[in-house]
Amino acid sequence: MSEQVKGSVLIAGGGIAGMQAALDAANSGFYVYLLERRAAIGGKMAQLDKTFPTNDCAM
Amino acid sequence: MITLAEITDVTGEPGNFQVEVTRRPRFVDTEKCIACGLCAEKCPKKVDDEYNEKISKRKAVYIPYAQAVPQKYAIDADNCIYLKSGKCGACEKFCPAGAINFEDKPQTVNLNVGAIILSPGFAAFDPTGIRTWGYGEFKNVITAMEMERILSASGPTEGHLVRPSDKKEVKRIAFIQCVGSRDLNKSRNGYCSSVCCTYAIKQAMMAKDHVKDLEASIFFMDMRTHGKEFERYYERAKGLGIEFKRCRVHSLEPVSETSDIYFRYIDDCGRQLETQYDLVVLSVGLCTPPSAMELAYHAGVELNENRFVESSSFDPVATSRPGVFSCGAFSGPKDIPQTVMEASAAAADATRLLAGARNSLTRTKEFPPEIEVASDEVRIGVFICHCGTNIAGVIDVERLARYAETLPNVAHVGRNLFTCSQDTQDIIKNAIRDKGLNRVVVAACTPRTHEPLFRETLKSAGLNEYLFDMANIRNQDSWVHAAEPERATEKAMDLVRMSVAKVGLLTPLPSISVPVNQAALVIGGGISGMVSALELADHGFHVSLVEKANVLGGQARHLFRTWKGELIEPALQELDARVRSNPLITLHLESTVGSAEGFVGNFKSTIVRGKDSRVVEHGATIIATGGQGYVPEGEYLFGTSSRVFTAIEFDKLRMVGDRRMKQAKNYVFIQCVGSRCEERMYCSRVCCTHSVQAAIELKESSPAGEVFVLYRDMRTYGQREELYRKAREKGVVFIHYEAHQMPKVRPLEPRRLEVEVFDHILHEPLRIVTDIVVLATAITPNAATAELADIYKLPVDADGFFQEAHAKLRPVDFAADGIFMAGLAHCPKPVDESIAQAKAAAGRAVSVLAGSSIDLEATKATVVNANCDGCAMCLDVCPYKAISLVSEEEAGGKRNARVEVNLAQCKGCGLCQATCPKDGIYVAGFSLEQIAAQVEAALAG
Repeated sequence: MSEQVKGSVLIAGGGIAGMQAALDAANSGFYVYLLERRAAIGGKMAQLDKTFPTNDCAM
Repeated sequence: MITLAEITDVTGEPGNFQVEVTRRPRFVDTEKCIACGLCAEKCPKKVDDEYNEKISKRKAVYIPYAQAVPQKYAIDADNCIYLKSGKCGACEKFCPAGAINFEDKPQTVNLNVGAIILSPGFAAFDPTGIRTWGYGEFKNVITAMEMERILSASGPTEGHLVRPSDKKEVKRIAFIQCVGSRDLNKSRNGYCSSVCCTYAIKQAMMAKDHVKDLEASIFFMDMRTHGKEFERYYERAKGLGIEFKRCRVHSLEPVSETSDIYFRYIDDCGRQLETQYDLVVLSVGLCTPPSAMELAYHAGVELNENRFVESSSFDPVATSRPGVFSCGAFSGPKDIPQTVMEASAAAADATRLLAGARNSLTRTKEFPPEIEVASDEVRIGVFICHCGTNIAGVIDVERLARYAETLPNVAHVGRNLFTCSQDTQDIIKNAIRDKGLNRVVVAACTPRTHEPLFRETLKSAGLNEYLFDMANIRNQDSWVHAAEPERATEKAMDLVRMSVAKVGLLTPLPSISVPVNQAALVIGGGISGMVSALELADHGFHVSLVEKANVLGGQARHLFRTWKGELIEPALQELDARVRSNPLITLHLESTVGSAEGFVGNFKSTIVRGKDSRVVEHGATIIATGGQGYVPEGEYLFGTSSRVFTAIEFDKLRMVGDRRMKQAKNYVFIQCVGSRCEERMYCSRVCCTHSVQAAIELKESSPAGEVFVLYRDMRTYGQREELYRKAREKGVVFIHYEAHQMPKVRPLEPRRLEVEVFDHILHEPLRIVTDIVVLATAITPNAATAELADIYKLPVDADGFFQEAHAKLRPVDFAADGIFMAGLAHCPKPVDESIAQAKAAAGRAVSVLAGSSIDLEATKATVVNANCDGCAMCLDVCPYKAISLVSEEEAGGKRNARVEVNLAQCKGCGLCQATCPKDGIYVAGFSLEQIAAQVEAALAG
């Protein structure tokens, strides 16, 4: 463990997992860098039509 | 947010990493791009659209999808004519914002961070080239991802279920399960992908929704609907007429004249049948894409033989490199709720290391002082959104704008392609300043998603954020009336007129914030509760941990091993010791919560221990009260025979070396005892894996003995499938039974039992002589669930488990703010998933406790003292118990009763306002006068 602790987190991947982690880390008082390999975040979930078991819209 | 970027190197240590990030050029300046779409319109190069699974085309300059964030175009360098040959440049020529930059170069950015979370996700298995499925060769064989896009209203067929070969509406559809999962023959993936069974059910249901008389069949090996509420979903699908056929389809063939797909299969009675479908969907599995493997390499994280991140059950989001965490499908196939839980857990674990540096790098947004507008003449600005073509494609937005200009008090009307885009926020701010606007109406999508953004724009322009109203002309108009553009336009005019009438009467509302008591209460001292408490303490918050027993550990005390084979007891002892020695954790054993009051940031709970009780104050609450094992009284001779045990009893007896276990040769495991039945229509998730694991151990310790597992569907989901394969290799006999043909257990001779089961392969009853019968019993809610539901006013689901706020996106939150759940109290789950949820719950609680105060909505019930006579009718209807009766002494000694509102508890629902007979209470922003103006405007049309 470093002695000079940085108050920031890097998240690689901006799908539903990365977005949730980014929101939680930021809301807990940490600076977040959210990296995304593609041109926009959203990941696979953005491609889904509905989600089970409620059939809610994925978007 | 950094897009088109990948990690290329990580050095340093936990708390202080140096990360090299390589950013590919976008060739579009995101500061300048206004997402008008002209570039894509003019671009001559058509490219397969990966968002629509290559079913449709996009341009070489593109926005990945309509709702993409950032809402900025990008040029695909592999396909752009200019970047490849130096000719064209149409986009640059036509871009009105001058945003195209062909000179953009790859950049290397060096970031210095405390911790890293890897969440690269999965790729769907690509069945191209596997002759048996014919994917890529037969047009009417598609993957589930393609099916997802076809079903989507925003997809290439606009939600019409037509097949690729001839665009004919599909009448017969088949889903083939386990394509690229549980298959080491045609793929490298031996594991189960966990989600395909339930997504196939969903797609079949949605498909039936699109085509009423559709015949849909799902061909599967084991139906794995092991998640919360999934079993009921499966039953619903059967009720809708979706056919489930238990059979592995060998291969698909095309019918040359019709392009239908033909195949043979074996039915329940063992007959070989031939069948034909219009469309066949391959339920493709989840795998780690090459880009994620590269990420693992650059981040220095080890992957297992299935190419997933290897983790411990007790530290489910940690990786092989300290300070680097992972979440989602990168650490094994899983569904969205599990992914979201892990994401919150990873955020909690990553920031736990950095707790000392909390708030050191974050910035708080500064807003200009508020302009006083109360006495000014009302000047309304109306901003009409085209939402690309979502609105403007249906509604005549020009006519709507001309109409808005004629409405009273409207001083400015603007139209924007995307009113939500960053540049439009500047346009709105400038209009507020230049035109002296003091009320704003945005006619656009829906306030549910976008109201906060526009309110923030008002704030940054110095206006009170509540001087705003939104007219919902997309979700409630252009989307639902797409077939009637004329009438949709008229409706939009009505909606805008209503908003304008209301917004003129709005008054500035003061911001409200409440202080936060930066301590937590964790109820339940099982493995989940202990993990939550330790996580919170490591984040620096004080925790009161309440456990009703006189020991910690809960149900985990009865468990032997995790599915990965890790011993549970030593881990439990370590947790116990850490909890007891942590100075920030106050342990209350033999205690329960007797009563509670308060709200997020300010709870007061009474902890009862025998005759003593004490009140603790806390800002957040975690409920981890666990579950219990189902007692199969009278079933399968349980309680009658001394050789029939529940799985937990069996583990214990083996551990202590019970004589019956030592002497036994043959064993029969019976699955789904108390699960997946009418009384408990859910899968208990852990029992299949447990029986398989126990069967392997029995076979390993005495290979000559016979071990049978009688099951309905073998649900060794995810990488647990490895155990199932191993058990079969070791000679464990698996026999499938149906719910209507339950096995029977009979006493045979003093120390033996006979189990009868109908064998679906032999088509006759099979009698097995055994020494021991082990019942894989259900996990049920315990009494604490209902008690706490009452005390904290929390919802429980139809099975008696706690109901989360959202099945997918908020799997650890209650709908009530500041209360979270973890472990078996939420639904049956194994140790690793309970720990992930416990860490997630703690992380969610930290986001409440991290600030010293919480800002609340100002739309609260407001008492009109002059009108309120203290009749207290509103007290009874208030669902949040936010209203109380007070009495004041007036001059002359007369007592005057009236009500008072606790602003933190009030949610502004308006039930009090609707109930009050005297106009003595109203919700700010929704007064009778304001609503009446809106209603009158609606009727004026």
